[in-house]
Amino acid sequence: MTILTELTYLVAAILFILGLKYLGSPKTARKGNFLSMLGMLLAIVVTLLDKEILDFTYIIAGIVIGAAIGAYAARKVEMTAMPQMVALFNGFGGAASALVAYSEYIRSGAQMTTDVSVTLVLSLLIGVVTFVGSVVAYAKLQGLITGAPVTFPGQKFANGILLIGALVLGGFFVYNPSVETFLLVIIGLAAILGITSVIPIGGADMPVVISLLNSYSGLAAAMTGFVLSNNVLIISGALVGASGIILTNIMCKAMNRSLANVLFGAVGTDGSSGTGGARKDKSEVAQYTAEDAATVFEAAQSVIIVPGYGLAVAQAQHVLHELDQLLTQKGIEVKYAIHPVAGRMPGHMNVLLAEADVPYDMLYEMDQINDEFQNTDVALVIGANDVINPAARTDPNSPLYGMPILNVDKARTVMIIKRSLSPGFAGVDNELFYDPKTMMLFGDAKEMVTELIKELKNL
Amino acid sequence: MEGIMVSLYIFVLAIFVGFELITKVPPLLHTPLMSGSNAISGITIVGALISAGAGHSQIAKILGLLAVITATINVVGGYMVTDRMLEMFKKDKKPNKKQGAA
Repeated sequence: MTILTELTYLVAAILFILGLKYLGSPKTARKGNFLSMLGMLLAIVVTLLDKEILDFTYIIAGIVIGAAIGAYAARKVEMTAMPQMVALFNGFGGAASALVAYSEYIRSGAQMTTDVSVTLVLSLLIGVVTFVGSVVAYAKLQGLITGAPVTFPGQKFANGILLIGALVLGGFFVYNPSVETFLLVIIGLAAILGITSVIPIGGADMPVVISLLNSYSGLAAAMTGFVLSNNVLIISGALVGASGIILTNIMCKAMNRSLANVLFGAVGTDGSSGTGGARKDKSEVAQYTAEDAATVFEAAQSVIIVPGYGLAVAQAQHVLHELDQLLTQKGIEVKYAIHPVAGRMPGHMNVLLAEADVPYDMLYEMDQINDEFQNTDVALVIGANDVINPAARTDPNSPLYGMPILNVDKARTVMIIKRSLSPGFAGVDNELFYDPKTMMLFGDAKEMVTELIKELKNL
Repeated sequence: MEGIMVSLYIFVLAIFVGFELITKVPPLLHTPLMSGSNAISGITIVGALISAGAGHSQIAKILGLLAVITATINVVGGYMVTDRMLEMFKKDKKPNKKQGAA
């Protein structure tokens, strides 16, 4: 590498860091992303000037194909499908790192120092797990395979054996880098591990897994950086790795679960994990119509809307914004309360509502808004369940116990739009449904909100 | 062994920088953060370009080609989708200003 290349890489690293710094505020975030993009462009251009590159055929072909696929996906993806899109991009990042590492192995003709062979093994292992795990996560989120946890006896044990097996083989390889078979078997084990470690994870735990895979994709890039002795890869990979770890940690805290529990706990396997209390049937639930709800809204002064994954499923974000505008016009104070794990990835609800043009200063984090519910007339819950379940506070036997929840039950009236009485992801019944001050509005979120708007306009 | 130690220092210090920066990102922007940081991890593309263009062996070049494709998807797709999302975040309290059809 020439000094020019090295210095340009340094500039790129600085631009990445500044880019992340500017992501700290919605006002500067777009500029930050642009700086980061600029850094990437500089790094690519200066690499293309490298003397080592003799033939541009494959490079041009690869960039054209990759850019076409990436641009198409980025433009076409629905905001509701963002979790699977990010999962897939994570996977490609992991795959790229593993491919570069393997290609470097072939190039070096198995002549490598210990530090290179160690990081090569790690790069392949993490990269392949990221790729395969992300594809499984994508398939789950896209509904290609069941979103429910898939478990089999001895799963944790099998995962442990796979990981240890891959690491032991890695040790053999470091001892004797000329045996390519070691690497091929490690890739195979990593691929199986990618499958078996993601299939037991259920839909509502996806925010944790996607964050974790995000972190892995960064670590894979960093390991490839060690293999190539390329500092810009190491720095970028470390930044992304740290970012993923922080998000993973935030998601785990928001569910009051340890990472190990999320990865191996397989919550929601069946309904049997429910609370001890007998389930009541639907007849005991106070069921209301949109007309009843509109009357209550008419008398209200403050409303807090609590969106959940059901909002995304029903694509109801646009009509919901219509509703909040209508309520605001009537002089009602409207706020949104966003639980950290609402949706299928960190920040999922925020993006959906932003898409529907809901100004972001109407969106409140759990800690900011939780004390306001008690002074609020109506809490309108749309497609959320576990994040508002009071059992998390009161019932030590509930699997949700200890999870921080939105204090929806403190509001004067609670409206819940829900398809049916079925329990949430965790398979736990929600006593709030049976509370006398709760109005259950059964139906599709989009249709029900549309009806609400109609009724409100008629009043 | 000296080179690897320097790299290790860089790695560890960069993780600390990452922690400092990312903890300041509000939950509002966590999705764009993921897609944007994901695009950054596509920096592997610089390694991929060398693999695909250096012409050592056909296998290395084909692996390089695949690496260029996947890394480019990651970079181009990641930055574009991040920009598309960030464009949507508006503070505007007066929603009637320039509201296109949703």
